[in-house]
Amino acid sequence: MLFYSFFKTLIGQQVTVELKNDLAITGILTSVDQFLNIKLDEIRAVDDAKYPHMMAVKNCFIRGSVVRYVQLPASAVDTALLQDAARREAQQPTTGGAH
Amino acid sequence: KLLVVLRDGRKLIGVLRSFDQFANLVLQDTIERIYVGDAYGDIPRGIFIIRGENVVLLGEIEDELPLRQVPVEEILLAQREEMEARQRREKLKNKLLHDQGFSVDFTETDLY
Repeated sequence: MLFYSFFKTLIGQQVTVELKNDLAITGILTSVDQFLNIKLDEIRAVDDAKYPHMMAVKNCFIRGSVVRYVQLPASAVDTALLQDAARREAQQPTTGGAH
Repeated sequence: KLLVVLRDGRKLIGVLRSFDQFANLVLQDTIERIYVGDAYGDIPRGIFIIRGENVVLLGEIEDELPLRQVPVEEILLAQREEMEARQRREKLKNKLLHDQGFSVDFTETDLY
């Protein structure tokens, strides 16, 4: 649940999601759920010419299981806080994980 | 009307009728759209039930594409040619890597 909460703090920020099929999409994070499925608004595929099918799409839903990376603005993250929270979570997991 | 991209690289366009927590989907009046270069072709497919694990993304279609639509036979031909060209390049690359001592068993069928 930790990263679910973490992503919730990033809603409204522009992020780049890189998928396992190498497609990278930039957009504004509008929502996230317990499976870390992601919804993005005003999207743009980072390499437009290579992925023409994305040109007609303004917003999308991305299944959490296909995400490789989520690139964030460094200024949006309080790393000390995140590190602290992760340490606490490691010692005492709050839920069994989303499956 | 939604665009659904699947793990095997297929793009389906249809009306979303229902879904569940696994992202299993029911799509009505589905067409499979194939893109090659600056052209695309459509194949009508009817009703699809898609198992969630195969879904990569869903997108809401809003604009018209700046690409030209061509008849199905033409796009399928173009797709096969593109795939054959890609396979030739892969084979050559694998051979070169193998000669350098790399182990090559990579299959690109699952875009995970």
